[in-house]
Amino acid sequence: MHRVDLFPTHEYQGLKLRPGRPYPFGATVVGNMVNFSVYSRYATDCTLVLFHNREEKPFVEIPFFKEFRLGNVFSMIIFDLDYENIEYGFRMDGPFLPEEGHRFDKSRILLDPYAKLIVGRDVWGQQPNWDSLYQYRARVVFDDFDWEDDLPLETPVNDLIVYEMHVRNFTCGAASDVKHRGTFAGIIEKIPYLKELGVNCVELMPIHEFDEFENHRVSPVDGRPLYNLWGYSNVGFFAPKAAYASTGRFAMQVDELKNMVKQLHKNGIEVMLDVVFNHTAEGNEQGPYISYRGIDNKTYYMLTPEGYYFNFSGCGNTLNCNNPNVRDMIVESLRYWVTDYHIDGFRFDLAAILGRDQNGHPMSNPPLLESLAHDPILGKTKLIAEAWDAGGLYQVGSFPSWGRWAEWNGRFRDSMRRFLKSDEQVLSDVKERIIGSPDLYASQGRGIKASVNFITAHDGFTMMDLVSYNSKHNEANGEDNRDGENHNNSWNCGCEGETDDPDINSLRHRQVKNAITMLMVSQGIPMVLSGDEMGNSQQGNNNAYCQDNEIAWLDWNNLEKNADIFRYFKHIIKFRRQHKVLRYDEHLRHQDYLGLGYPDFSWHGVKAWQPETGHNNLTLAFMLNGHYAAVPEGSPEDHPDDFIYVAMNMHWEMHGFELPQLPQGMAWHVFANTGMPSPDDIVEPGEEPLTGNQHEVLVGPRSIIILVGK
Amino acid sequence: MNTEVYQLGKELDSFNYQQVQDDILAILEKGSNAVIDMTACNYISSTGLRVLLYSKKVAAAKGLKVCLKGISSEVKDVMDVTGFSNFFDYA
Repeated sequence: MHRVDLFPTHEYQGLKLRPGRPYPFGATVVGNMVNFSVYSRYATDCTLVLFHNREEKPFVEIPFFKEFRLGNVFSMIIFDLDYENIEYGFRMDGPFLPEEGHRFDKSRILLDPYAKLIVGRDVWGQQPNWDSLYQYRARVVFDDFDWEDDLPLETPVNDLIVYEMHVRNFTCGAASDVKHRGTFAGIIEKIPYLKELGVNCVELMPIHEFDEFENHRVSPVDGRPLYNLWGYSNVGFFAPKAAYASTGRFAMQVDELKNMVKQLHKNGIEVMLDVVFNHTAEGNEQGPYISYRGIDNKTYYMLTPEGYYFNFSGCGNTLNCNNPNVRDMIVESLRYWVTDYHIDGFRFDLAAILGRDQNGHPMSNPPLLESLAHDPILGKTKLIAEAWDAGGLYQVGSFPSWGRWAEWNGRFRDSMRRFLKSDEQVLSDVKERIIGSPDLYASQGRGIKASVNFITAHDGFTMMDLVSYNSKHNEANGEDNRDGENHNNSWNCGCEGETDDPDINSLRHRQVKNAITMLMVSQGIPMVLSGDEMGNSQQGNNNAYCQDNEIAWLDWNNLEKNADIFRYFKHIIKFRRQHKVLRYDEHLRHQDYLGLGYPDFSWHGVKAWQPETGHNNLTLAFMLNGHYAAVPEGSPEDHPDDFIYVAMNMHWEMHGFELPQLPQGMAWHVFANTGMPSPDDIVEPGEEPLTGNQHEVLVGPRSIIILVGK
Repeated sequence: MNTEVYQLGKELDSFNYQQVQDDILAILEKGSNAVIDMTACNYISSTGLRVLLYSKKVAAAKGLKVCLKGISSEVKDVMDVTGFSNFFDYA
């Protein structure tokens, strides 16, 4: 049976048309037809502008006739369009009354807010034609990628080891030894490396289309060009960054990214995206017209009563997230990335903004966050909030979650950094962090799985810089060192920056190992910053958002130079993955509720069972009883886990720790001792040698020991 | 079973895809396997990649084979990073 609505009703300059379908928004291919649909509440008129690929002048501009409009939606179908060879945009007519929130300008050609393929910045750093009337150009996407049997992996959230990385920084360095440096394809080439390291989730810093030339300038220090390298500035919420694809010059970024996800999944590695729904690349009143400002300014942006842009993002404007139509766009974007790209989870940049109403006030039950928590397609997608914004809203521990949202635990970072540098005022806080921050997450029943633990992230020092610099050194960013965080809780171990002093370097390596140990033996989801595993430095720059050079690029030579650090990371990650008892999803009870003679978790001091005995608040010890780690019956892990004992000594003197006695027939074995030089600092998990003294261990200055009772 | 070689031109994109598609399907229609000789081809677009994969899937449904021959390193590279090369055998 043939449909009867497949015939044109109109003709315009040789193109055959008929009224379109308002839904879905964007450009959709149906057989030999392409349906174009765009929403604008306040526009009075709309024109579809079609170009041949990369041509400056459009070959046709088709008005949306009266019969092509329904409600506030303009839609039309064009027949027999060679859509691989067209680019499209819209002209919107309507009032230009900034004081009322309207900035329509029909001289502008605007990007479709739902564009799924955007060209114009196809090869990284290649100068565009700045005079071009239409800079970021929408194309119609092929959406028939052959996934075979791939789906999101649905790894239990408490089993994740997240690796936060940047597509370009990861493999741009000359020593990365990949063919396609700085691209999605480059990540595929490094999958064996990621597997060796042992991470099972990569969290990609923004990969939505952005403009690396935004705020382009040169470094005052060395005259090098500065780019928007990090990409926290969206041009489009549905399209991948073209210049992150080795095939971007052929506009094949969609297929290349999908293939990357598919290959990572084949190797058991999830893909999480860092998404920026708090603002766009259009900036404030002085910013360019790209899309939203010209399509429907008053709908897409939070505006002051005078029509200026609210700036809760610190980036000039604020997306109007709780406008019902913008909310729909965000939900549809996320659904699209899960459905079409098989993305496993999202980390929401400055997520507190998503809970502000249209006047900027925080809401108690933000409809957007609730929609995402209950969305059917996102039902098993990880949702992680950066639970603060630049407008002063700080919601770590109180982010509206509906049992679904996890948070970047900024308190974990701050407490562990202070403990690491022997701050005597932080022990009680550190203990909360180690057991999954029950002070933040237990009362709402959110469990340990709400806490994404990290010590370093893209914002701030790398781990090696955390132990090499007391202060930030951001002069090369061209803002007189004003940018970047001032309170880093860092300690340089005796000398600011690089040194050839072997004692200082040895201490720095030990401190890096201490830091990753604190992260991996704590309850919660650990997140590692890409490069920390090889002692990557940014030369003290704690805000390298614009440094598209060796400051921000991983130096793969470090893998050999700091081989002991990489080896330590690899083993401690594997250790965590082998021990279920380190990966609870619900909070610990500190009780012997199975009648085993030992509680699930116990604190100790230099005296066993006496946590109060310590030195200057700089020592602690704890023991986990593996019998309590619930494992599904019949799974490969279906046996009791081991006892694990950890002694942390952040004092600058050595201390002896009395060991708790194990059940009859079991003995303590040493897995790690950061106070020992490599390779005696850590062993292959499962190969732990017996401890000579079963009653006491000596823990060196600023060192951590991990024992396994089996 | 017969095998027929199909010579691809310099480019495979939306300008010539229909003809190429029709030609390859005609070979399969005859019950022959197809070897696509890509020696002359130095560019393949998204449409072109789909013509090849579609042909391969039509062939598989008929119990036939489509394999590629003489593929340049540039074209192979594009097919590798987009995941299309995994679906093919190479003559």
